[in-house]
Amino acid sequence: MTAPAGPSALESAVEPAVRRPAGFLRSALTVALKDLRAELRTKDALNASLAFSVVILLLFSFAFDPSVEETRALAGGLLWLVFAFAGALVWNRSFARELPNDCLEGLLAAPISGAALYAGKAAANWLLLMAVELAGLAVFGVFYNTAWTSRFWPLLGVLALGTWAMTVVGTLFSALTVNLRLRELMLPLLVYPMLIPALLAAIQLTGPLALGQPAPAEVLVWLRLLGAFDIIFTALSLALVEAVLVG
Amino acid sequence: MRGKTLIVLCGLAAALLARNLYVMLLELPDEAAQGPIFRIIFFHVPAAWTAFLAFLGAAGASLLYLLRKDLRYDAFAVALTEVGLAFAAANLATGMIWGRIIWGIWWTWDPRLTSMLVCWVLYAGYLTLRHAVEEPGQRARVAAVVSILACVDVPIVFFSIRWWRTQHPQPVVWGGGSMDPAYWNMLFLNWIPLLLLGAVLTALRMRQESWQREIEGLRRRAHAL
Repeated sequence: MTAPAGPSALESAVEPAVRRPAGFLRSALTVALKDLRAELRTKDALNASLAFSVVILLLFSFAFDPSVEETRALAGGLLWLVFAFAGALVWNRSFARELPNDCLEGLLAAPISGAALYAGKAAANWLLLMAVELAGLAVFGVFYNTAWTSRFWPLLGVLALGTWAMTVVGTLFSALTVNLRLRELMLPLLVYPMLIPALLAAIQLTGPLALGQPAPAEVLVWLRLLGAFDIIFTALSLALVEAVLVG
Repeated sequence: MRGKTLIVLCGLAAALLARNLYVMLLELPDEAAQGPIFRIIFFHVPAAWTAFLAFLGAAGASLLYLLRKDLRYDAFAVALTEVGLAFAAANLATGMIWGRIIWGIWWTWDPRLTSMLVCWVLYAGYLTLRHAVEEPGQRARVAAVVSILACVDVPIVFFSIRWWRTQHPQPVVWGGGSMDPAYWNMLFLNWIPLLLLGAVLTALRMRQESWQREIEGLRRRAHAL
């Protein structure tokens, strides 16, 4: 009489959680919030990439001592190189953070898809990198006397699209290289050449906007390229990430 | 492929190449504007075609690896990529020699040159990545993903750089754009020996990969004993 009560009580306690795995968006959001919370508590990647951006912006003025005209010509390229370097520091930490205490195994064993885990991490990286970029832009505006705030909203849109392009590829390669020796070296080596089209488009659009000038005449071409890059690589990454993480 | 087949294919490639060299050096006239150096195109352009074909094949093999998890597809992918890189390097080198003589400079950031260089760097990264991974299954998986991404990226790079460069004046533009049919024929005829050579090299490299796997297996067994 008493024997069946134990297992059935246990089953009823365990089963609902197993039967209803969280949806894609909810799991991704949970992972993103977890990552952001962890990052805001330790500030490992945030401090490193912010400090690194400021140092590069500083070094650049010593290296080239640019005049006003030269700054105008170089602004887009300089900013996106700084963002790409800062990004590598953020992406490197993204999956490496899960290595101690076998957290990555725990995440993979959790009842969420690899794609949701990846999407959550990419979203968190995107937000962090956007914050670093805005801070970097402010520093750039002060050091190089530019009126970047006068075209703030279009600039923010370009930043959002460009940063997403960098982040989808960067986060995927963060997952790819997490178990490798030479991880810190392999990630930029693989990511930067792949990002050339996105960086090119972002640089063309950012150059004038960061100086408070109207967008270039061929703005639509570059926006389309950036958008297409975002869509293609987001879809590819979501399709391939399961193979990267689980095999 | 068996050893004998490879030797036959090699011989065929050598015979065709000898015949082509004879025709292009002794029978085809010099190009009117460029002179004798024009003949480099018969290696330059087919080398690029072979390289792109190899990279496309490598992406296909990588996709098959991800679907079937058979290490032979991985061996095929890495063999094709290495051969493709060699042909891409031949394309870049012959292009630079031609550029030095016709344009007077070794390098210019023209869309085609830049795209080929980016393509080369992407696939060189693929090979570097393979060296950094010890475990064969993981290496194959990671490499397959990079190969597919690179293959998708190359056309985007090409178009983006072309849009970028057309905003600027071209340093020197390729002449009229039309070519005598005799030259066109030679271009395609010379592609055949290069393709054969690529196939032989790929087969040899695949064989090395399978031997490598066998050696690793034996070594593991020896350790277990």
